[in-house]
Amino acid sequence: MSISEFSYSAIPADAEQLRAQVRAFLSDVLHDYPEEKRAYSWMGFDAEFSRLLGEKGWLGMALPKQYGGAEASPFSRYVIIEELLAAGAPVSAHWIADRQSAPLILRFGTEAQRKKYLPPICRGESYFCIGMSEPNSGSDLASIRTTAVRNAGGWVLNGQKVWTTNAQHSHYMIALVRTGDKETSGRHGGMSQFIVDLRTPGITIRPIADLAGGEHFNEVFFDNAQLEEGALIGEEGRGWDQVTAELAFERSGPERFLSSIAVMHTAIDAIGRQPDALQAREIGKITARLLTLRNMSLGVTRQLSEGKNPAWAASCVKDLGNVLEQELPEILQGVVDEQPQVVGGSAHAKVLAYLTQMAPSFSLRGGTREILRGIIARGLGLR
Amino acid sequence: MRELFESTIERLLSDLCTPDLVHEAESGEWPAALWRALEDNGFPLAGAPEVAGGADASWADLYVIIRALGRFAAPVPLAEMIIGNWLLEQAGLGARSDILSLASETSLTIGEGRVSGELAQVPWGRFADSVVALAGDNAGQTHVVLLDVATAERVRQGTNIAGEARDDLSFSAAAVVMSAVLPTHLADDVLLAAGAMARSAQIAGAINALLEMTASYAGERKQFGKPIAAFQAIQQQLAVLAEQAAAANVAAEAAFAGADQRLPMFSVAAAKVSASEAASQAAAIGHSVHGAIGFTQEYALHTLTRRLWSWRSEFGSSTFWSKALGEHVCAAGSADFWPMLTNPELQDLSTTQ
Repeated sequence: MSISEFSYSAIPADAEQLRAQVRAFLSDVLHDYPEEKRAYSWMGFDAEFSRLLGEKGWLGMALPKQYGGAEASPFSRYVIIEELLAAGAPVSAHWIADRQSAPLILRFGTEAQRKKYLPPICRGESYFCIGMSEPNSGSDLASIRTTAVRNAGGWVLNGQKVWTTNAQHSHYMIALVRTGDKETSGRHGGMSQFIVDLRTPGITIRPIADLAGGEHFNEVFFDNAQLEEGALIGEEGRGWDQVTAELAFERSGPERFLSSIAVMHTAIDAIGRQPDALQAREIGKITARLLTLRNMSLGVTRQLSEGKNPAWAASCVKDLGNVLEQELPEILQGVVDEQPQVVGGSAHAKVLAYLTQMAPSFSLRGGTREILRGIIARGLGLR
Repeated sequence: MRELFESTIERLLSDLCTPDLVHEAESGEWPAALWRALEDNGFPLAGAPEVAGGADASWADLYVIIRALGRFAAPVPLAEMIIGNWLLEQAGLGARSDILSLASETSLTIGEGRVSGELAQVPWGRFADSVVALAGDNAGQTHVVLLDVATAERVRQGTNIAGEARDDLSFSAAAVVMSAVLPTHLADDVLLAAGAMARSAQIAGAINALLEMTASYAGERKQFGKPIAAFQAIQQQLAVLAEQAAAANVAAEAAFAGADQRLPMFSVAAAKVSASEAASQAAAIGHSVHGAIGFTQEYALHTLTRRLWSWRSEFGSSTFWSKALGEHVCAAGSADFWPMLTNPELQDLSTTQ
C-alpha cells in the first residue's frame, strides 16, 4: 500500500452538472421538511420519496440501461447521494439497495437475477437489507452459524441475524450464511450469499428499540425457511470474497462523514454571522475536516470506478469520517450556548439531542473502529 | 510531466539529501552541491514559462516536487523559490535564477522605488540572493517587490525547531531590484496562502516518510519474542498514522489541483488545517512507536518530527486558518455552507479583512 495511490480526484464536469437539478428537486420536495427530521440522515424512511427519486432516474444510476439504470459514472451517483445527505433527505428505504445490493447483483448475479431484482430497485420500489451480524458474530464475521442446506426445492435456511438495519421495511435480505463445513473449508471458506425474500414462511423479524426509542435495527430468525434454487447469488463457497468486495462500496461513501451534517447547519444558524474566536476556530476546523474527507472519499470513488478494490483506503475514509461525525455534536455542544432538548427547545436543541444519542452507532455500523484499523494495518503489511 | 518530475527529484534527493547532509545544514552550512543539482535539473524554474527557461509546469505538477522536499527534509528554499518565481511571473516581472526566497510577514512600505520595513522569518534569508515580498504605497496600493538581500540594513538570524534558517531582514530606503503593482486577481495574503499550500505539501511528504520509517521499525523491533508490529495496540496506532498521512496528502493535493486559475483560498486553508493537525498526530505516534531510540540524535526520526513541529506553525497555524474558515462560513450562513463546500467559485476566502 502506498499513500500516494490515495490521490485527489475532482468530480468530472458532466457529473457536476447534475447538482443543480438535484438541489432544485430537493428544495421543492423538502421545502417544509423540519431540521429535526433532516437529522435522521440516511436513517429517515419515506417510501414515497424513494419512488420519486426512482422516477427522476437517480436510483441505480450506474447500472446498465437494460436493467433500469442510466449507465452513469460513479461520480454522477456521488453527486446525487451527497446532495441527498447534505439536505438530510429521507433516503433510508432505498439506501442499501442502491449503494450495495444493486452493484453486488450486477457483479455476481445471473441474468435472471439481474432482470428480476434490478429494475424495481431503480424504480425505488424494492428495498434491501444486509444480513451479516449474528448474536455471537459481530466483528468476527467469519464465525457466523446460520446455515443454508441444499434440498429438493433449493435451500433450507436456519439460524438468526441481528442488528439488521431496516429489515422490518425491506423486501429482501442479502444474507451471508454457512453452506460448507468450517473445519474442511477453512476460516473464510464455506460461506455463500443468498437473496432472501423476507415474506418467506419461517422468517420472523423483530425490531430492536435503540437508546433514543427509535427502531432501525432488527433481529431476524430463520426457521426452516425454504429458498428457491435461484436464491444463491454468486458462487457457492465464495461468500466471504463477495462480501469483502462489497465492503469497499459500503465504507467509502459520503454517508460515512455526513451523518451529523444537520447539527453543523443548526449550529451555524445559532452562532449567527459573527462568531467569537472559539466558535470560528471550531466551525472552521470542522469545515476543513469535511472538505478533506470529501476529497478522500472522491479519491476512493475513482479507484472503485477503475474496478479496483481499495479496501484499506475505504477503511481510512470510514474511520476518519466516523470520528468526525461523532465529534460534531461533542464539539458543537461546547461552543453553542444551547442545551440539547428532545421535547421543546429550538431546532438546534432538538437536532443536537438526537445526534448526541445516535453518535455511538456511527462507528459500529459497517465495521467497528478496531476492525477498520486492522484492515489498514494489513494494508501496511503489519499483519 | 508529473511522473517525470517525481521520479527525477526523488532520485536526486535520495542520492544527495542524506541524513548527514541534513544534519550539517542544521548546523548552519549551505548545501551548495544539493542546490546546484536542483538547479541543473531545472527545478527552481519548473513553474516558469518555457521562454523564461522554465518547464511551464502546472501547480498539480509542482505538487510532487514540493511533497518530495518534505519527504527528504530538504534544507533548501526550493518551494519558496518556486512560489517567488510564480509571483514574479504573475506580476510580469519575470522569473529569477539566482537563489530566491519569500517573505509573507512584512511591514514594508514603498515609495519612489525605495522600500523600508521588516521582513519576518524569511526562509533561508541569509543564504538567498533576493527576496520576493509585498509592499504598500501611500496611495493604498500593493506592490510585488524584489529585494536584494545584500541591501538589507540588518539580517537577524533565526532558526526554527528543525534548524532551518528563518531570518528577520530589515530594509531602510533600499532600492528595489524590480517592482510592479500586485495584479488584481491576487490578494494581499497571496504569499501567506502560497506558503501555507507549500508547507501542506511538505508536511504530506514528511508524514509519508515518517509512516514508512515507523512501520518498518515496528516490523524489526522485537519485544516479548515478536516484532512489536504484531501487537494490536501498535497496529492501531500505525493505522491512525496512515489515515493522517492520507488526509494530509489528499488535502494538499486538492489545493494544488485548484491553483492554476488563482489560489483556491478555501482549499488552501483546509489543506493547512488538515496537514497541521495531521503533523501533530503523526509526530506523536512516530515517537510513541519508536520509544527511546526515536528520542536520540543518532536516529533520524527527529529529522522528520522536528520539521513537522515547525511546518505546522509556519504560514499560519491550524488555528489561524480554522478561524479564517470559520468566520467565512458563519458570515455566509448555514444555507450557503454545503454549496460552498462543493463549489470552489463560492469559496472566496480572505485573511486580510
